[in-house]
Amino acid sequence: MFSNRTFNIVVPLISVVLGLLAGALIMLAFGYNPVAGYAAMWNGAFGDAYFLGETVRQVTPYVLSGLAVAFAMRAGLLNIGVEGQVIVGWLAAVWVGTAFGMPPVVHVIVALLAAAVAGSLWGFVPGLLKAKLGVHEVIVTIMMNYIALYLSNSIIRSLMTDGSDRTDNVAETASLAAPWLREITFFSRIHYGFVVALLMAFTMWFVLNKTTRGFELRAVGSNPFASEYSGMKVGRNIIIAMVISGGFAGLAGAMEGLGTFQYASVSSGFTNIGFDGIAVALLGANTAIGVVLAAILFGTLKIGALNMPTEAGVPTELVDIVIALIILFVASGYIIRWAFLKFSKEGK
Amino acid sequence: MDYVIEMLNIRKEFPGIVANDDITLQVQKGEIHALLGENGAGKSTLMNVLFGLYKPEKGSIKVNGKEVNIEDPNVANELGIGMVHQHFMLVDTFTVTENIVLGSEPSKAGTVDIKAAEKEVQALSEKYGLNVDATAKIRDISVGMQQRVEILKTLYRGAEILILDEPTAVLTPQEIKELIQIMQDLVKEGKSIILITHKLKEIMQVCDKCTIIRKGKGIGTVDVNETNPTELASLMVGREVNFKTDKTPGSPTETALSIKDLRVKDSRGVEMVKGLNLDVRKGEILGIAGVDGNGQTELVEALTGLKKSSSGQVSLNNNSIYNLEPRKVTEAGVAHIPQDRHKHGLLLDFPIGENMVLQNYYMEPNSKNGILNFKKIYEKARSLIKEYDVRTPDEYTKARALSGGNQQKAIIAREVDRSPDLLIAAQPTRGLDVGAIEFIHSKLIEERDKQRAVLLVSFELDEIMNVSDRIAVMFDGQIIAEVKPEETDEQELGLLMAGRKSEKRGEA
Repeated sequence: MFSNRTFNIVVPLISVVLGLLAGALIMLAFGYNPVAGYAAMWNGAFGDAYFLGETVRQVTPYVLSGLAVAFAMRAGLLNIGVEGQVIVGWLAAVWVGTAFGMPPVVHVIVALLAAAVAGSLWGFVPGLLKAKLGVHEVIVTIMMNYIALYLSNSIIRSLMTDGSDRTDNVAETASLAAPWLREITFFSRIHYGFVVALLMAFTMWFVLNKTTRGFELRAVGSNPFASEYSGMKVGRNIIIAMVISGGFAGLAGAMEGLGTFQYASVSSGFTNIGFDGIAVALLGANTAIGVVLAAILFGTLKIGALNMPTEAGVPTELVDIVIALIILFVASGYIIRWAFLKFSKEGK
Repeated sequence: MDYVIEMLNIRKEFPGIVANDDITLQVQKGEIHALLGENGAGKSTLMNVLFGLYKPEKGSIKVNGKEVNIEDPNVANELGIGMVHQHFMLVDTFTVTENIVLGSEPSKAGTVDIKAAEKEVQALSEKYGLNVDATAKIRDISVGMQQRVEILKTLYRGAEILILDEPTAVLTPQEIKELIQIMQDLVKEGKSIILITHKLKEIMQVCDKCTIIRKGKGIGTVDVNETNPTELASLMVGREVNFKTDKTPGSPTETALSIKDLRVKDSRGVEMVKGLNLDVRKGEILGIAGVDGNGQTELVEALTGLKKSSSGQVSLNNNSIYNLEPRKVTEAGVAHIPQDRHKHGLLLDFPIGENMVLQNYYMEPNSKNGILNFKKIYEKARSLIKEYDVRTPDEYTKARALSGGNQQKAIIAREVDRSPDLLIAAQPTRGLDVGAIEFIHSKLIEERDKQRAVLLVSFELDEIMNVSDRIAVMFDGQIIAEVKPEETDEQELGLLMAGRKSEKRGEA
């Protein structure tokens, strides 16, 4: 029988392979050449330094939004509000980046902190409501997403600009831009954000697995009754989990605001970074390392897909189908395990 | 003799164990037949064989003299065998009738004809004196009533033979009395009943015959009229039962835990502990006897901080622990073996080693400056596992993978190791085998001998009688009597638990 850990590695791997295979079948069915399709995807993600740079750029916010979802999940909370926390983080980072003058390094750190704080605040509200009133976090976080989106639009239009659709670029001192990296990647939009993302992945691993607080968070996620029995403050841990989760999400927004785009703009819809984070966390089995690997896969698929229409004539929508199939197989993988455990127990 | 049910030489094996070995059970029409055995003796397995959930390796089953092959519960239903499980299988938000017809709904033009069903259910209820309101919602009726719905469900499906699995475990004394009346009415109407139980008193009271199973083996069938509880007990356990655990008398000293006029409400806002007064002294085991639902759960939760009390005083060694948070209660010197070890006692998906530091993971040496020291944690766990004989492959195994007895040993190791001034043990042996029970009882007595105060809450009279130095009877949220185990008997305790003060020793 598989151990839990093996299972967490084997299931996503098999699911990825199955998802890619199913994608190949669909390409075949619609008269495309799957080999050419996947070759185009590979080239589009890793073909030359430019594509590699773009892939890294795409992976960066996925790591952070994936960590945000995963962290909350480990404490037993389903944070659907990562999307909204990304938006407020993005806005806060750009605000600090445009409205203040500060020395280099300090400015970017303050801007990142502002993003984290904004995201945390957006996570704090549903955390507080859950802890004190037992309101389900899913409902509140979904609503908070819309508040974030429209509030952000309104602030950009009426407070940060005079009715414009986008803010000024952030000051150079607040930018995450990495000129030398851009140069060696033929001017891709790669930026220093990936360092932040990897640092945060390490932070999550460390907090959850090594600290007393992380033990409490995981305990509350695993069994709130036993946690209460052993003297842990369940409500407080719920709030802390949501705050930290929101902080990761806010940083994901900062990656876009201070790195990729350098500005914030009015948007008619969600960024989807937060929603994709749910899939990343699921595929990464809610562990830090898993999230990093899953984010790399997602980023690769997304960027590689852009090359599929030009090089192989395969529509990009197909990649969304492949991603959806991978998620489906991961999810059913957990169903298979559940069924497996259930029947092996009954057989005794 | 004509039997309605004959199970002849049944053998059922599971990997590694023989759950039923050559068991014969013959039930006559119109009799109440007890199936007696300890926890894990194989009673439930045998009944699951009869109900078609398990397939026996050997033996045959005859219903009304004809050999049958019961492949699944549907076949059992068709043969007129109905089972009332210990845990009810009812949909809370449905009405009594809806629950009863579930799966065989009478339909009219494609819709469920609930009115016709209601009439039928009501008629059945009246015929057997069950007194069930066919239109009431399950969540609005008492546990005893829910049980009758289960009985009604089997009758509705045409059951002639009813299997009742530990039916009195969840009932109050009044409800037990009513259930006994119902059982007698049912057999008068020609039904037959198999009563699964390990309570001797009930058998003596209502049963005609009793078949005893011990460790999977059929011991025999006796006429209840020609036997007595002592004989039944020794047949069940397989040795002379002296009903007493070996222990020397305790030497209690000053008061450790003192409870004055404590009032606690349950989650619905109903007052469950109603001005309770109780003292537990150092060096004694105080057993709280009582039927489930008389406020014991709320009392323990209030003492341990899991529930806020509405008023009163609680002190340990003269320091108030009234309405403290769970951690403060723990740090004040209280250890708690919780009633529900899966819900409160363990993080089932965490390694057993980490479960053993659940009360002190945040203290040195387990944790320093907010960082856990897993090396020390697992070192400690290893030594506890050894000392308390917790059977586990290693300290990294998830708590879920351990047997109930070993899970409980791990909890006891964790709680007792902290050398608490007061050990609260709620239902510490529920669902455990004899070996684990003996171990746990001996640990409780060991703690007492170290001059610690032990508060034992149990619904099992035997346990209370065997282990306690002093017994307090809890009824309707109060301690209504205190007695010495050597000066009382099951009869008197039973009366007290039903709320009747004894004439001999009524003073509290």
